[in-house]
Amino acid sequence: MHFSKDHEWVEVEGDVATIGITAYAAEQLGDVVFVELPDAGKTIEVGEALAVVESVKAASDVYAPVSGEVIAANDVLSDTPETVNEAPEKSGWFVKIKLSHPAEVDALMDRAGYEAFLATL
Amino acid sequence: MSEETLKTTVLSDAHRALGGRMVAFAGYAMPVQYPRGILKEHQWTRDQAGLFDVSHMGPAWLELTAPSGDPSADHAAVAALVEPLICGDIAGLKPGRLRYTLLLNDEGGVLDDLMIGRPLDDSDQGRLYIVVNAGTKDADFALLAEAAGHRARLSRADDGALIALQGPAAADVLAAIAPETASLGFMTFRRIAYGDQALAVSRSGYTGEDGFEILVPAKVALEVWNRLMSDERVAPIGLGARDSLRLEAGLPLYGHDIDESVSPVEAALDFAISKRRLKAGAMRGAARMRAEQAGDLSRVRVGLRILEGAPAREGAELTDETGAAIGVITSGGFAPSLGAPIAMGFVPPAFSARGTRLKVTVRNRAQAAEVVDTPFVPHRYHRNP
Repeated sequence: MHFSKDHEWVEVEGDVATIGITAYAAEQLGDVVFVELPDAGKTIEVGEALAVVESVKAASDVYAPVSGEVIAANDVLSDTPETVNEAPEKSGWFVKIKLSHPAEVDALMDRAGYEAFLATL
Repeated sequence: MSEETLKTTVLSDAHRALGGRMVAFAGYAMPVQYPRGILKEHQWTRDQAGLFDVSHMGPAWLELTAPSGDPSADHAAVAALVEPLICGDIAGLKPGRLRYTLLLNDEGGVLDDLMIGRPLDDSDQGRLYIVVNAGTKDADFALLAEAAGHRARLSRADDGALIALQGPAAADVLAAIAPETASLGFMTFRRIAYGDQALAVSRSGYTGEDGFEILVPAKVALEVWNRLMSDERVAPIGLGARDSLRLEAGLPLYGHDIDESVSPVEAALDFAISKRRLKAGAMRGAARMRAEQAGDLSRVRVGLRILEGAPAREGAELTDETGAAIGVITSGGFAPSLGAPIAMGFVPPAFSARGTRLKVTVRNRAQAAEVVDTPFVPHRYHRNP
């Protein structure tokens, strides 16, 4: 698993990346009550707004940690957005993307690097 | 504003010890939530009893400098000092009662919403208990002190704690500490001895639930907080759930749903306008409010259910079903008790009837909304017969 400084995680299998927000991000957001995900087929560039996650208090953008075409969005989140809090790095995933620039993954942190980054916050 | 420059309440260390996540609010470091989280805090308050630190607000006492000793005359005298600033009837407030009212500017715009209480005892007349909002308190107190002149003295009481205990178990919990509070009805207040200190307890709140707001001197603030916290039915509640609870209760938030551009009639707070004083024209903005009540009204505050999609928050545009702009959301969010988004906003009266279908624009997407009655969740106040 790879991590961004915006607190997204990326798990790569072949040329498909599954993307979600980290346990740290979910904890910081608090109770998630709504998640807005892109439709399949949408093309996303790294750094673009990929999704919106809403807590009771506020709406926050989730930025794409890698570029590619959305091939699936996690429908579970439309009925049970709390899955993001319960299992942020597993069943609370947001989207699957077909990577257009697989090398972008190399710019992300590994878990040890991300944990070291969290320690600086 | 960095946390170093923020003011703290006397309960600040208690919040940190409870794991409260502190944020800046109206110049104070206040807990937005505790580890339980906003949704659970919200539900806890609806089910049991939530404990809130609202010491950032502005409690004060206004008392005649030279009371005559005649209780009725002294109340009339102190009421006459504040009435020119507000839209409520304070002269007619009965002993021991609390009233929600609005501080107005010369145009009838709302400078703040506030509570004013009249003490119960004959020996305590010529004095009013006043509680204003945190963000407006310095300006409000300056206006009140100016209106009082040399005839009355305004004493701020925001150096202690103001604690709210809200929810169906609140009365039982508080009775263990202050048994005489059990007999209080909704919107009454008493000064109650606590050891060698005095509490001011009102049966009121900002959640729609039964409950109390308790002014506690700094010396015993932590002790009272801890005694209430020691009851297993009590959980600490942060500003996040305070906002979702008041939104479900249909209660406006100053600076968002009401501000100095909005009149009490536009805000749909007509119940707070004294009919006697409006009729006499003895009220700031009286002509405007009479015209608005007679039908010359361009906008009015309504409750909305968001029927699809994301929560609609402050600033979201309201349109009619053809897409023409008609108004704006002033506060909105997810209603935990309903499991759906709700909001308040302003629309022209022609769009204010219950059941009217509107659209609200969230991130460039038009979502269906419907005008509904408020409160969104029924109030459960304790009204004595």
